[in-house]
Amino acid sequence: MTSITDQTEIAARAHPMAPFLRMDRMPHIWCPTCGIGTVMKCYVQALREAEVDLDKVAVVSGIGCTGRVAGYLKLDSFHSTHGRAIPFATGLKLGRPELLVTVFSGDGDLVGIGGNHFIHAARRNMDLLVILVNNFIYGMTGGQNAPTTPVQARSSTMPFGNFERPFNLPHLAASCGATYVARWTSLQTRRMTRTFKEAIGRKGFRFIEVITPCSTLYARLNKLGTGFHLMQYYHDNAEIRHGADTRELDIDFQGKIICGKFVDREQPTFTEMMDAHYRKTLGDKYVPMPPEGGWIHE
Amino acid sequence: MKYWRKPLDFERVKVPRGQVHIVVERCKGCGFCVEYCPKEVLAMSEEFNRKGYHPPKVVKPEECVNCNLCEMICPDFAIYSVPVTDGQPAAASGSTEKPASGSQDGGMREDDK
Amino acid sequence: MKADPAGVLTGAHYLDGDFACGEGAMAAGCRFVAGYPITPSTEVVERIARRFPYMGGVFIQMEDELASMAAVVGASWTGTKSMTVTSGPGFSLMMENIGLAAMMETPCVVVNVQRGGPSTGLPTMTGQADMMQARWGSHGDYEIIALSPQSPQEAFDLTIQAFNLSELYRVPVLLMMDECVGHMTEKVVIPPAEQIEVVPRRLTSRPPEDYWPYRLNGQCIPEFARAGDGYRFHSTGLTHDERGYPVMSAACQDQCVRRLVSKIRDNADQIVRFEEEQTDGADVVVVTYGITARVARMGIELARKQGVKVGVLRLIVVWPFPERRVRELAGKIGAFVVPEINLGQMVLEVERCAAGKAATVPVPHAGGSVHDPRDICEAILRAAK
Repeated sequence: MTSITDQTEIAARAHPMAPFLRMDRMPHIWCPTCGIGTVMKCYVQALREAEVDLDKVAVVSGIGCTGRVAGYLKLDSFHSTHGRAIPFATGLKLGRPELLVTVFSGDGDLVGIGGNHFIHAARRNMDLLVILVNNFIYGMTGGQNAPTTPVQARSSTMPFGNFERPFNLPHLAASCGATYVARWTSLQTRRMTRTFKEAIGRKGFRFIEVITPCSTLYARLNKLGTGFHLMQYYHDNAEIRHGADTRELDIDFQGKIICGKFVDREQPTFTEMMDAHYRKTLGDKYVPMPPEGGWIHE
Repeated sequence: MKYWRKPLDFERVKVPRGQVHIVVERCKGCGFCVEYCPKEVLAMSEEFNRKGYHPPKVVKPEECVNCNLCEMICPDFAIYSVPVTDGQPAAASGSTEKPASGSQDGGMREDDK
Repeated sequence: MKADPAGVLTGAHYLDGDFACGEGAMAAGCRFVAGYPITPSTEVVERIARRFPYMGGVFIQMEDELASMAAVVGASWTGTKSMTVTSGPGFSLMMENIGLAAMMETPCVVVNVQRGGPSTGLPTMTGQADMMQARWGSHGDYEIIALSPQSPQEAFDLTIQAFNLSELYRVPVLLMMDECVGHMTEKVVIPPAEQIEVVPRRLTSRPPEDYWPYRLNGQCIPEFARAGDGYRFHSTGLTHDERGYPVMSAACQDQCVRRLVSKIRDNADQIVRFEEEQTDGADVVVVTYGITARVARMGIELARKQGVKVGVLRLIVVWPFPERRVRELAGKIGAFVVPEINLGQMVLEVERCAAGKAATVPVPHAGGSVHDPRDICEAILRAAK
């Protein structure tokens, strides 16, 4: 009772994820053994399980391999400029507060060039779900050093090995004020999906880091095999410690990866604080931005 | 399945059965599904698809318990499983819509072989 | 349609140019502003921050100009009219996302209250040296529309015009003010809301299954859909086809980019706006814009007293440049005189269009103050010879 469906059009429609993907753009551009497709799939699965109104979901990506996610999702999706996915998403959210805005981008995009926007959106507790795919490298442009590249790892701009300290992303997010912080590897699909689903139901600046294999650049430049071998490394080195102190979550080169949910707290979002404050100071005269947005029409 | 002792609810709980569908032309031969299937249902095949990758093949079809791990872990949306009840595979889980306008409509109905 | 009365502060006011610009934005229906403080533009957002909470608008001071422009583009995709304000250094920072707005065909308004440059320059003193940057600032081929007000009243009127043009052509529109107009306080008359004509954000009437974000259907502008209305479209800064999907090919680039450029160039005659005075039979025509137009009046009067027949061509829409009119005039007059508070920017356009049929005399000024009208008069007299 097996079936190898080699008629792509049939399988395209039959695949459970098909309604959520732009099937006319499949197959996608990501390399064999790249993990981005897995993360995207878990996000889609989480959306299905969370039973949200998909018409109100907007996805914003930046530039890079992970930045291509927006182009494959059959939702209102935007592929903005490098590093500016978070402020773009901020504009979307403030312009139409009922939108559920997800930022789906890579480590270089979100905390390299986009670092400033990352910390301020976290500080403001902007109501955004940020999924950061961390492959420890700038993949799309050919394997340059990233703010998350572990010490010793090679990259095209650090050909003798990286000597710069990398970010500890959950710590960065938590200390800037994110209200939900978690980390998984792309191997832990079910846990990742559950975390996505939980985060979709929360408000505020939610940050989920997903460690993902990069076969063509990170694995190859560091002679680690392919993404398949990186998945084995995750299998052997991922340790789940919910609630761990974010200060201890650094990742050494081929070292332990501590995963889990680290921060989950309830705090008023930027919009809630804005509304509450204006109501207090302006009383009845305050007119908030309506949830359906500031579109003025006849 | 080997049990070290017989579970008390053995009669009541039915282990699910599943049927694996592989989209051969979309597979990039990464091997994740083969490696991480908990029931070792799959193995890499010797065939090539049109792009030159080796897709997986189902070697132990009766072992599939429809856990969907292959579906979740495949980065290329090239494999999924459907539940099998009473010897009949169900239609794929999840609704299917018409593809976005602009894509080719091959005129084929959904096939649940 | 008529302006939303919630945003219209009807009456006669004594306002500076920055405040008038803010009032114009609110009257035009702008309900999202993201900005970053920079002299001399900050008063625009300060005014808006004060008034927005009463009309359902959202103002957010972002962490930098790059974020401000990105947020403006994002907010515009919800159908909300959006604006940001800045000056020279911030204008340079915003360029990448202005390009994004142009590529994604997102209506938005960027106000640049120009100051002395380059770099930090003269933060509190006037300049007009960003005019070419307005046209060519971002990389690649694209067209924008730029306007230049000469008074606080015009700052109000032209801000509304800017929003209307950006909606009509789905293009970022730049309001090129200068510090002098921005910080000058004058009488500004704001009419009742029913007398203000605004162009609303028009949405597609097609159903989602039949909608491609960049398909033309025989018009020059594609139809807009808001994020959150169920259209599930994709928009990208990459070169894209009619479905909005990125396509890496020279053919797609040609189709995509040519259209961005031609939608403005082909409609230049409808967009261009200028004011002429005594150009018939003139020997010299002074081409000016912004505050320099007012300063030049005195210089022109001085020259006219000395018997020179001087006409004035005041640019209100600076980009697209009124090529046709300048070419026509070039055939009839002896010389153009172009005073501007920069070392020669719009004069290059005048010279290009004059094509040697009339002389072009620049009257440059490095910035920091306005011209001495006598310098303009002297240039006119020189040109008349």
